[in-house]
Amino acid sequence: MTIKKIPKRFGRFGGQFVPETLMNALIELENEFVKAKEDKVFQNEYRYYVREYSGRPTPLYFSENLTKDLGGGRIYLKREDLNHTGAHKINNVIGQVLLAKRMGKRRIIAETGAGQHGVATATVCAMFGLDCEVYMGEEDIRRQSLNVFKMKMLGAQVNPVSSGTGTLKDATNEAIRDWVTNVDDTFYVIGSVVGPHPYPTMVRDFQRIIGDEVKEQILQKEGRLPDYLIACVGGGSNAMGLFYPFHKEKNIDIYGVEAGGLGVNTDKHAATITKGSIGVIHGMMTYVLQDDNGQIMPVHSISAGLDYPGIGPEHAYFHSIGRVNYVAVSDKEAVEAFQYLTRMEGIIPALESSHAIAYLRKLAPDTNKEDIIVVNLSGRGDKDINTITASYELPTTN
Amino acid sequence: MKSKITKKFEELREKKEKALITYVTSGDPDLATTVDLVLTMEKAGADIVELGIPYSDPLADGPVIQRGAKRALEGGADIDSIFTMVKDLRKKTDIPLVFLLYYNSIFKHGIKSFLDKCKDTGIDGLIIPDLPLEERRELNEMMKDYPIDLIPLVAPTSEDRIEKILLDGDGFIYCISSKGVTGKRDHFEVDLKNFINKVKKYTDKPLAIGFGISDGEAIKNLKSLADGLIVGSAIVEKIEEGMKEGQIKEKVFDFVNELHKAIE
Repeated sequence: MTIKKIPKRFGRFGGQFVPETLMNALIELENEFVKAKEDKVFQNEYRYYVREYSGRPTPLYFSENLTKDLGGGRIYLKREDLNHTGAHKINNVIGQVLLAKRMGKRRIIAETGAGQHGVATATVCAMFGLDCEVYMGEEDIRRQSLNVFKMKMLGAQVNPVSSGTGTLKDATNEAIRDWVTNVDDTFYVIGSVVGPHPYPTMVRDFQRIIGDEVKEQILQKEGRLPDYLIACVGGGSNAMGLFYPFHKEKNIDIYGVEAGGLGVNTDKHAATITKGSIGVIHGMMTYVLQDDNGQIMPVHSISAGLDYPGIGPEHAYFHSIGRVNYVAVSDKEAVEAFQYLTRMEGIIPALESSHAIAYLRKLAPDTNKEDIIVVNLSGRGDKDINTITASYELPTTN
Repeated sequence: MKSKITKKFEELREKKEKALITYVTSGDPDLATTVDLVLTMEKAGADIVELGIPYSDPLADGPVIQRGAKRALEGGADIDSIFTMVKDLRKKTDIPLVFLLYYNSIFKHGIKSFLDKCKDTGIDGLIIPDLPLEERRELNEMMKDYPIDLIPLVAPTSEDRIEKILLDGDGFIYCISSKGVTGKRDHFEVDLKNFINKVKKYTDKPLAIGFGISDGEAIKNLKSLADGLIVGSAIVEKIEEGMKEGQIKEKVFDFVNELHKAIE
């Protein structure tokens, strides 16, 4: 039987820039993924676990308070923060771990930045009884200690990565090196729409459930599709999950919000599309923050999950054809948005998701009252309490 | 016209000898030392030298070569200064020189400009560990106009891909000894011999084995299998030892000489 192949590229972006040792593993993965996509049993299993285990569908919450306060369109929050483990990451992990089981791989490895993907992977591995090792940069281990503790409790081994800048990109390098070494029995669960083909497509397909649900929910609530979509973008999986099912609807304005750090005109940000150029990182051709010699540059964001010098190749493509607007907000704006949503709605957002809220605050006042805006609230902020307390003074009670 | 690499292998084949291919990262710890080390290794018996272009994210490399790249980058080595170093080196030796580099280095620089500079300075081949068959077509086409070999890599996991990989490529075939990144290992692929025999079925070009060969002992065990053996990380470790004791050249000379004796 010939197996249908999925395109390796999105325009000129994507591809498979990896050592030869991994090529057959990637081909095997693609074949298995294609089969699984068409296998009703697999699809039912995926739907079963995202529903019964993770709690989907997540609500599409009408935020009356933000709508009133910002004075523009009607604002809906897609509550991915209400997933089991507190972020959208688990949608993808359930899909990939089910694939790993199908392929008979007993050892799971993953990289993590904020720790959300690591926790999700450790969680699903605990449930299925699989060995799990998570690579995490030393800098991220420091600022996300709660998630490190969780992963260890869940039985995963957390491998600190000190090379490079000790953040997500280095953890990803190290996970790839592990995979090259243990490719026979190991499945690498990538946490975002990045990496060599077929990962960007596969992760998108496991995350598009976000946008598919939004479509159904908004039609039910409003009887029509939204006018604006907003999501934060590091590697870009929560954004792709929301955007993809809508990308052919030409009337919808879509915004991907990058991490502006201390400002996009400083050298401390992670605004890959805003400031980067085309290059190769982690097996894919995409936009990269790099110098003239192609060296990947150190990046900065207050949010560990956005602290990444690349971006998913399909986002690069959406940028190149003008389908999605990629914008940036600063650390400061993100922290203010964190406080804003917490006080206005009683929802504590992850610092990553706070970037989307920060952009919402700029965009919403200029929209019409009839407009519908959907923001992906990709995760909850418990993990960020340490970071926030360092930069935030609690208001004194009178 | 035959490349310097091809000629070197022919010359060695006639003498029934094997090629010793040694690696240093350009600019580790500085570019003047790299020039010295290439000349030193040639004197000690290296037949071909691989010059690494230091890269921030070398995902095929283990910790030793990662450290070498880091030292080189901290020392300020970049593509232009490396070409200047090669130009200088070429006045002093004819030894075949091969760049080992990651694709982003050449892509970001501009492929044509990079190849022009390789040609002008006298680089004989390129090894690009993150550019598998599927991604090398464009570069392959462009390189047809240049006297530079694009050296293909095959791995024990390549299996049915070996035949396709070997349709293109020149110089020699880089056979990756085992799964994993560069650096010392105690065990090679159990089926290394099988793997090498499979590769031989599809090509008459010289084969060189690399990844994890770290001493004379390993060389003695493997030399009957291929036309050349590649040693990288173990030499970078000698540089590190030499840096501590202030005698990099001596350390590297003794080590490469020991490898040379083992391969004879």
